Amino acid sequence: MIEIKDIYKTFGDNDVLKGISATFKTGKNNLIIGGSGSGKTTLLKCIVGLHEPTKGDVFFEEENFTDMDFTQRVPIRTQIGMLFQNSALFDSMSVEENIMFPLNLFTNQSHAEKLDRANFCLERVNLKDKNKLYPAELSGGMKKRVGIARALSMQPKYLFVDEPNSGLDPKTSIVIDDLINDLTAEYNMTTIIVTHDMNSVMGIGDHIIFLHQGQKWWEGSNKEIAHTDNKELNEFVFASKFMQAAKEKL
Amino acid sequence: MFYSLGKYMLLLRLSFKRPEKFSVYWAEVMREMVSVGIGSLGIISIISLFIGAATTIQVAFQLSSPLVPLSTAGKIARDSTILEFSPTISALVLAGRVGSSIASQIGTMRVTEQIDALEIMGVNAPGYLIAPKIIACVTMVPMLVIVSIVLGMTGGWIACLFGGEVTPADYIMGLRDGFMPLTIQVALVKACAFGFIIASICAYQGFYTSGGALEVGQSATRGVVFSCVMILFADLVITRLML
Repeated sequence: MIEIKDIYKTFGDNDVLKGISATFKTGKNNLIIGGSGSGKTTLLKCIVGLHEPTKGDVFFEEENFTDMDFTQRVPIRTQIGMLFQNSALFDSMSVEENIMFPLNLFTNQSHAEKLDRANFCLERVNLKDKNKLYPAELSGGMKKRVGIARALSMQPKYLFVDEPNSGLDPKTSIVIDDLINDLTAEYNMTTIIVTHDMNSVMGIGDHIIFLHQGQKWWEGSNKEIAHTDNKELNEFVFASKFMQAAKEKL
Repeated sequence: MFYSLGKYMLLLRLSFKRPEKFSVYWAEVMREMVSVGIGSLGIISIISLFIGAATTIQVAFQLSSPLVPLSTAGKIARDSTILEFSPTISALVLAGRVGSSIASQIGTMRVTEQIDALEIMGVNAPGYLIAPKIIACVTMVPMLVIVSIVLGMTGGWIACLFGGEVTPADYIMGLRDGFMPLTIQVALVKACAFGFIIASICAYQGFYTSGGALEVGQSATRGVVFSCVMILFADLVITRLML
């Protein structure tokens, strides 16, 4: 479980986050949604420690992550897997080396054991036999799946995903969503996904937080989202005619 | 300026923190040494041969008095090559070749979130990315400078062989005449300092890149320009202190 308490983040004169509190439960897909510039990615970066909150605390299983220095954070960070918007694979390494990288640094496993783990992770994301390829040789969807495989390599307790569907076709988006959903349940991870993809929201949104103007505007599940009377949320989720028609059928 | 200097010092401190796993960092140091050393050997060899030849011809041209022995050309070319041309010109060329590569590589990693990915994993990104490059440059630039000195003198000898202003025998005599080992020490101290300047300044520029492809290019340019200025400044300081 991850808990955030009263998170504020300011860049210069720009208040991006204005006192956000929430609890992200284990074994659930926790989605952070909102329009462009609403502070979704900034909130995610504050949670994982890429940005330091101006005010507020982040707790990983009751351990205050915000108060820790870099060295103290390492044991928690080795339990974190993250899929970045552009996958952030290391260009100079092959797929296999990318997945083995955290294992090389933080475990004392033999090369054969690390190779086994890399193959297992690749098989889990349906990318068997792609071990020797380099990121430049992969499609967008394959890069995302390698990113997930790398995130899984250390058997994380927490999975963070930033815009998993950006730049992907609808079919591949669903494949990625389903994969994240299955892995969250299979490994009982606390998964936090930042997205503005409505298919993801309706498909895998166990717990959804809607950000608007740097504040938590609404909180609920994908089952509740269709029946909310929150004006800003309705404008965001049901902006397209297709979604409006879908809402009327619900 | 003081803000940037402080950030630079803090980045250097972070770069030399204890590594998570020595073997992984060692492999990275070896990879960087090959990239800096072997990768730059070609360009350093070519410029050294030509500069050595040109220096010898120019010195011979200036020593037109019959009262000055012809071997003096070799002596002057030797000291100029060891003290100035090989360390400084090599370092300026390496700032362009190695420095721009370091700044653009790290800058690209920054804008494509690869550095964020390292930090999320719990890796000390400056230590993993910058320290091996600094170690590689501090060790390989002196070796390249030694190669440059040898090839510079060889270039001078070839110029004598085909030019005729000074005979190869006079040139060799000049090279041997009054040789002071201190000049080699000065050249190596300069090379170490220049290697450190190239790697650390360009890595700093790359590490704090923000934006996209345009900013990566700007970081690489800034890295090379600042490195060149600092190389010339360090050249003056070391020369003043050691000679």
